[in-house]
Amino acid sequence: MDLIFEGIKKAFLLLVTLDREVLGITFLSLKVSGLATIISVLIGVSTGTVIALNAFPGKRIVVSLVNTGMGLPPVVVGLFVTIFLWRNGPFGFLGILYTPLAIIIAQAIIATPIVMGITVAAMQQLPKKLRLQILALGATRLQMVWMLIKEARLSLLAAIMAGFGGVISEIGASIMVGGNIKGYSRVLTTATVMETSRGNFDVAIALSIILLLLAYFINLILTHIQQKERPR
Amino acid sequence: MKKITHSFIAFIALVLASSVLFVPSVYAQQKNIILATTTSTQDSGLLDVLIPVFEKKTGYFVKTIAVGSGQAMAMGQKGEADVLLVHSPAAEIKFVADGYGINRRLIMHNDFVVVGPAADPAKIKGIKSAAEAFKKIAAEQGLFLSRGDNSGTHAKEKSIWKASGVKYEDEKWYQQTGLGMGQTLNVASEKRAYTLTDRGTYLALKKRLDLDILVEGDAILLNIYHVIEVNPAKFPKVNIPGGKAFADFMVSKETQGIIKTFGVDKFGSPLFFPDAGKKVEDLGK
Repeated sequence: MDLIFEGIKKAFLLLVTLDREVLGITFLSLKVSGLATIISVLIGVSTGTVIALNAFPGKRIVVSLVNTGMGLPPVVVGLFVTIFLWRNGPFGFLGILYTPLAIIIAQAIIATPIVMGITVAAMQQLPKKLRLQILALGATRLQMVWMLIKEARLSLLAAIMAGFGGVISEIGASIMVGGNIKGYSRVLTTATVMETSRGNFDVAIALSIILLLLAYFINLILTHIQQKERPR
Repeated sequence: MKKITHSFIAFIALVLASSVLFVPSVYAQQKNIILATTTSTQDSGLLDVLIPVFEKKTGYFVKTIAVGSGQAMAMGQKGEADVLLVHSPAAEIKFVADGYGINRRLIMHNDFVVVGPAADPAKIKGIKSAAEAFKKIAAEQGLFLSRGDNSGTHAKEKSIWKASGVKYEDEKWYQQTGLGMGQTLNVASEKRAYTLTDRGTYLALKKRLDLDILVEGDAILLNIYHVIEVNPAKFPKVNIPGGKAFADFMVSKETQGIIKTFGVDKFGSPLFFPDAGKKVEDLGK
């Protein structure tokens, strides 16, 4: 129990004194996971909408694959991204293994199916007649899709939160493709694991608390946006 | 709704703009060195002291990947690292003989110790020979935790088991964590188990551990670190000058001096003994 208090004290100390290393790690976590989430939203919402609004052969298989992808283990993603990015791998010429960029790629791969899966469900939940109605009012197809996205925004914001939550808390891929390099690719989760293995439990607890606070504030902002306008 | 969209776009733009900061790293490749090393050099904090000195001096950027010695050499074998700092001599000699590495140089040593709960259920405290102590642990079926990860420590542990001549694999009292040294020590402390550890990591974590040193000082327990440059003849993408610069830095007088005093202020005794230029046979004498 003492340890937890010590950790809280340490977290407070690190935050108040604006410890440069901890601040760097925190900002990097936010940047990496934020960018990965944005990429996953761009891909996930667009592709998810296309899947949801169109009927095509094998749709169920595609949707089931996307839904399975929602549980994609980060270590598996990490392993494959590592193999692809190795110097002697197919994308070795990019030279981006053990960089924050590699973490963004891996995390985007993890978050995309999550966002896509929830998008598909959200779009399919909208009444079918709504589409006809919007089109009947003279909207173009693009306008219709935009209207539907706005209509489903509660669920879509939930999708963004789920995607962000999935990657900010993820460790397996970050440590494999990022390498946990001090001052460069060390994020909150990988730093926590390292401090734990170093026996610095107070620092590890402090980092965990910072991670939780960060996740909370991001979700607070998203929830604020989500709840601002009550659905009609 | 418009306001929300705007704030969203602003947020996205902000994050995208900040991502530009990542770009230079892609172009500055030749300035990067990938150092594959063991967890003990990172968990003890030694590299946190040495690497900034090296970077400041040479302008290189070191990407330290802390894994077990086995995995570090596997990275070297694929040309995915430029220089290795490892402690698994038998495997290292094979690594160099197979043409994957060049210029293997002695850096430092400390020693392994057998640690366990103070109660010492297998009564191994004070036994001089590590192999004898392992035999006793097996006979008494004391819980023993192995790294089980092909690290240098794991290799050393296997060689001690071999010397003891007892059967240990698949035994109930023998468990593998598959984790780094620091984490394995934490597990051993919780489970009141015996384990083999390098002294450096043990000393660094000691304050949190419920483990005592039970066996030490046996010649077989010597823990020797070498630096090896990955053979550029085999892998054209290896950063040859970078790897060499780091290896040269490790044997330099200044670095050896830092190693000599590292940990003294914190633990009262050094964690590693610098050995550059010495012969392996003379160590520990």
